[in-house]
Amino acid sequence: MRPSDYLYLGRPTGPVYLRVRAQGLWVGMLLALAALMLAGLALGAGALELSHAQVWQALLGEGPARLAAVVREWRLPRVVMALVVGGALGMSGAIFQSLIRNPLGSPDVIGFNTGAYTGALVTIILLQGSYFEIATGALAGGLAAALLVYLLAYRRGIQGFRLIIVGIAISAMLAAFNTWLMISASLESAMTAALWGAGSLNGITWDKALPSALFSLVAMVLTLLLSRRMALLEMGDDSASALGVPAERTRLQLMSLGVVLTAAATAAAGPISFIALAAPQIAQRLSRSHGTALLCAFWVGALLLLLADYCAQHLFAPRQLPVGIVTVSIGGLYLVWLLFRQSRLASS
Amino acid sequence: MHKAPLPTTLPAANRLAWLVLCLGLLAVLVLLSLTLGAKPIALAVVADSLFGSGLHPDAIIITQGRLPRTLLGLLAGAALGLSGAIIQALTRNPLADPGILGVNAGASFAVVLGAGVFGITSAAGYLAFAFTGALATTLLVYLVGAYGTARLEPMRFVLAGVAISAVMMGFASSITLLNPWAFDRVRFWSAGSLDVRDLALVLQVAPALLLGIVIALLLARPLNVLGMGEDLAVSLGSRPRLIHATAVLAITLLCGASTAIAGPIGFVGLMIPHIARWMMGTDQRWIMACTLLLAPVLLLASDIIGRLLVPGELRVSIVTAFVGAPVLIWLARRAQLSGGRA
Repeated sequence: MRPSDYLYLGRPTGPVYLRVRAQGLWVGMLLALAALMLAGLALGAGALELSHAQVWQALLGEGPARLAAVVREWRLPRVVMALVVGGALGMSGAIFQSLIRNPLGSPDVIGFNTGAYTGALVTIILLQGSYFEIATGALAGGLAAALLVYLLAYRRGIQGFRLIIVGIAISAMLAAFNTWLMISASLESAMTAALWGAGSLNGITWDKALPSALFSLVAMVLTLLLSRRMALLEMGDDSASALGVPAERTRLQLMSLGVVLTAAATAAAGPISFIALAAPQIAQRLSRSHGTALLCAFWVGALLLLLADYCAQHLFAPRQLPVGIVTVSIGGLYLVWLLFRQSRLASS
Repeated sequence: MHKAPLPTTLPAANRLAWLVLCLGLLAVLVLLSLTLGAKPIALAVVADSLFGSGLHPDAIIITQGRLPRTLLGLLAGAALGLSGAIIQALTRNPLADPGILGVNAGASFAVVLGAGVFGITSAAGYLAFAFTGALATTLLVYLVGAYGTARLEPMRFVLAGVAISAVMMGFASSITLLNPWAFDRVRFWSAGSLDVRDLALVLQVAPALLLGIVIALLLARPLNVLGMGEDLAVSLGSRPRLIHATAVLAITLLCGASTAIAGPIGFVGLMIPHIARWMMGTDQRWIMACTLLLAPVLLLASDIIGRLLVPGELRVSIVTAFVGAPVLIWLARRAQLSGGRA
């Protein structure tokens, strides 16, 4: 790697010294710009079409009160949550893929999503719960599953391979239980459960959004503070320890942050699949870095979910699809395209 | 061919003893599967219904219910286990299960199409749709994974499989969420069961399964050579591309046919090869032999437990997870795991 590939801030000997990979930074900025432009588009689109000027006025609280209400109370929370939830999922995926050094890694590995689905299914099918009760049930289920996997995999420390195996085993049991619930339930509650299980931002309001957004933002900042340690941990426990990184503790901290990020996203929108898996992969290919690029993963995740939600709302309007269905489709198609492009580059 | 000893965990005599033990266990389970159920039937009556006059009133339970079920348990178990062993050997990834090449997603999508768009209701119709879907999807995954690369990268197949499965699942859910009737059909289809109640259906998929099993066993040695690295394998005279293509064909036949008839049954293909590797070492010939016997053991045992546990029967795909997962956790905690192949 040539030195000019990096941007420097400060001097190596000085109090402030920051080295950022130039390509990663550029890609991150471009992604952020694209996400903001798409957000502007999403605020204007819908049954009530608004121009950019009208959206801007409404955001500032000027113009007709009716328009301001549409933009600020209905559309803004949805757009903000798409960015936050998508970013959180992208980042947590990056954490898990880095920790277990496996590109198939996602928060699913420790059983969180399956556990959350179990919690939601129990709340919907057995208890007929409301929105907040379902979110609570999902959180409890997810956290319990993640904790169980961690405890069962712990044996003088956590080893990536053992974590994967125990995660698979617990997920398989929970998934089997979920299947049993689904075929025992009435068709109506099974459909409700399946809708929740697909993941959706339909009908989100500030009340529902704020708690999870706050949790996500705090966890994101903490993750970014740990990003250097995460990169060192990728070199192996021994090298990391030699460089002064407490391996086991850092791993536990990172994993907890990953779980908090996924939990916040799931509580707000249900288990939106594929973003945690695809965003870090896409980010890594875009920024051409071998390590995991946390910020890039955030922006890819945010952009992906916003785009998917835009499609979910408008593709089959007036019918609204759950956004989770669109994320799997778009994410999958994009990954296929990346595979094609990569092989064209390799052969040319 | 090379005769270099491969590193193993158990001496050959012990490994052979394990295999014999598995075989005995399997034989016992076949007998239990024929006799146990909602109505226990004596062995003499079972023998009479299968080979004798078949005049006993319970004979119909045996020939229509338990024989197809047991036969399917044997075949589908071996098929799921072997396809898992192949995919894990090919990708060298412990997370890889046979479904990763898109077989399950393709079969589910085709069943959704059949139920939601074409209004199919018969078991034979689902079987045809599911098998076609599985075949077409794996072919697509293989083409995407192998497109334009000089070297074969197993990880590309896995990513292509994940990507295409995701697209299929997305399409399938959007159809089912907008069509409650199809949703209802598919939710039962996707809880896999061995209870097919039709010997003709089992015999219809049996050739595909048997062919797949033979190909899988023939692949053991080439996969060993490939495991030493592509360059070394080429210099020893093997043809990696041919091996890959054959392996994908075997997985499609095995996993596609068993999913088509029984619905998706997870976990067998993931877990049994892991256990076989811990017991037998890294030689694929031993892993395959062990998997061939152990996977039907898990499937038949789960099916029998599901019959006896609750009056209405628990489906086998649900029981396999609850029988297999604790064993897997126990082994993962006990064994000095080799992360080397991870």
